[in-house]
Amino acid sequence: MLEIKNLHATVEGKEILKGINLTVKPGEIHVLMGPNGSGKSTLSNVLVGNPQYTVTEGSVTFRGKDLLQMPAEDRSHEGLFMSFQQPVEIPGVSMNNFMRAALNAKRKYQGLPPIGGGDFLKLVKEKRELVGLDASLTRRGVNEGFSGGEKKRNEIFQMAMLEPVLTILDETDSGLDVDALRIVAEGFNRLRTENTSAICITHYRRMLDYIKPDIVHVMLAGRIVRTGGPDLAYRIEEEGFDWLK
Amino acid sequence: MLQGGSHPLIDRHRASALAQLKAEGLPSRKVERYKYTDVRAMLEPDFGLNFSRLPLRFDPRSLYRCKVPGLGSTLHYVVGDMVEHKTGGQQDGSFFVGSMTEFAKRSPELFSTYYNKVGGDSLAALNTMLVQDGLVIWIGKGHKADNLIQVVNLSVGSVPMMANRRQLIIMEEGAEASILCCNHSSTAQPHLATEVVEAFLGEGSHLQYYQIEDSAEASSLLGTANFVQQGASRLDYASVTLSGGTSRRTVNVSLEGVGADLVMSGLVIADGSQHTDNNLLVTHCAPGCHSDMLYKYILDGSSTGAFAGKVMVRPGAQQTDSQQTNANLCVSPQAHMYTQPMLEIYADDVKCNHGSTVGQMYEAALFYMAQRGIGPDEGRLLLQQAFAWDVVLRIGLLPLRQRLMSMVEERFRRGTSLCGDCAMCQTPNS
Repeated sequence: MLEIKNLHATVEGKEILKGINLTVKPGEIHVLMGPNGSGKSTLSNVLVGNPQYTVTEGSVTFRGKDLLQMPAEDRSHEGLFMSFQQPVEIPGVSMNNFMRAALNAKRKYQGLPPIGGGDFLKLVKEKRELVGLDASLTRRGVNEGFSGGEKKRNEIFQMAMLEPVLTILDETDSGLDVDALRIVAEGFNRLRTENTSAICITHYRRMLDYIKPDIVHVMLAGRIVRTGGPDLAYRIEEEGFDWLK
Repeated sequence: MLQGGSHPLIDRHRASALAQLKAEGLPSRKVERYKYTDVRAMLEPDFGLNFSRLPLRFDPRSLYRCKVPGLGSTLHYVVGDMVEHKTGGQQDGSFFVGSMTEFAKRSPELFSTYYNKVGGDSLAALNTMLVQDGLVIWIGKGHKADNLIQVVNLSVGSVPMMANRRQLIIMEEGAEASILCCNHSSTAQPHLATEVVEAFLGEGSHLQYYQIEDSAEASSLLGTANFVQQGASRLDYASVTLSGGTSRRTVNVSLEGVGADLVMSGLVIADGSQHTDNNLLVTHCAPGCHSDMLYKYILDGSSTGAFAGKVMVRPGAQQTDSQQTNANLCVSPQAHMYTQPMLEIYADDVKCNHGSTVGQMYEAALFYMAQRGIGPDEGRLLLQQAFAWDVVLRIGLLPLRQRLMSMVEERFRRGTSLCGDCAMCQTPNS
């Protein structure tokens, strides 16, 4: 599904990614761990096409297509989704209008007609209930005045609406209490299928109590330095990263 | 020639207006209030004036309908400064909508009491000196006008023209009315309108007064509006500039009676080389009055915007509650905004605040939307609409608000603001 080869990237002229190699197959859940500044978020931002990051070397193939040649919106249409570490507030743009614009842009890309008003509202209700998002939130501005937990739940709601094939969870667990984390993780699990994959970036093992990973990677200084099974996450929780340096 | 087409009660103000104009001269950019608008350049072209009152060669109703769906309205056309009489001044004992000439004949004392009562600077004097007719809206004591009074100001013609428009609005005690003024021009020739609006809101009256500017880039406007509010009256004022050439509006509101309430809103959408300058003065003269001002500009291309808003609290105007906000979005790096919020307070028990911001497109939001599949064009549209919405939402008439929302969206989407209902809107700027 996703094949990253020797990926190098800079932000503001500083090289952060120094040769990433990673392959994600359909149905797999990968976890990326690593200390602050190791390049985890840079990798996710590069994958979704954040213009602040510059790729200087390497390639990324997503479902057989050259991902790096696509604008950010086409990467989304192709089925790539990122749950943001800090979701942006967009006052005045209602969640409903925002989601409808997103859904219709995807349908246009797929050669489908825009979704009808009734069908859209039905879909919103269905997905909202799936992830436990309060109805009043979809009538408000995007993330406007949402609590930290509501923002993260809203990310999973958007994921449910857009039905991506590869989801990047960028520190979705940060800033969440235990109950909120459980609700968000359960929402994510409900959306999983055997053909969908995820890359989960986290500092904490507790996220992995809910989202069972297949493969765990450790990043240090812009490179993946160790890959293993779920046990690797437990060892890092106990011993930190020093033993890998 | 001027007086040949005009009523003597209008004519009798010309000499003093001329004297004022001579004494003060036209404002130059050295005058602080006119720093950002070159009025003298606006007046330079060799404009024609229809002083001999040549009749219209077309029926404006057949071309310009401009109806707001879902809202009962009576339409009144003003072409140049000529009130189109075919629609008739609607009149009975309780209200009058029609030409100044007709009103001056019917109610000379009332007309004399209010016409040119407030006046203004030399630009208002220029209008007083040249105006031959205009529109009067008089709403009698306690009368509630059911229908929206819609005034369509048209500027047409294949040669450079200058029109001097005038409105006199008299709201007696407890009267209620809603007025929508749509300013249209569709000419590639320079057309200049001078405009003076004088509105008097009696005790406990309520006026909703909305202006929509949707004119060609060759058009220009020099407007002065004076609103005088008595006790417990309420004015909802909104000025929406969807397109226009060069415009300068001076709006003065005087809160003279206890408990008067003012909600003042402005939205400017400009691109190309358009220039919009709003100069506002709200004077709290009496205690317990409330004023709430929100103006927003969205500037693209190499357009320029200017905003100067002053709230003056006079001695004795205690328990004044006033807020003033000017927020601006410069979409392109070539767009320029000049903003100057001002407060002057001479009372010690007041609540006043004011603020101003100038910002650019929110790149983080654009990227967030792109990640969800919303491309940059649609993303910009959503952000600009969102920025404009809270001004449009302040418009009290729901059908008008909905119509404006679709016009604003169309303006952002296609660069025009077709209301889609009339021939002019179907062939903009032709």
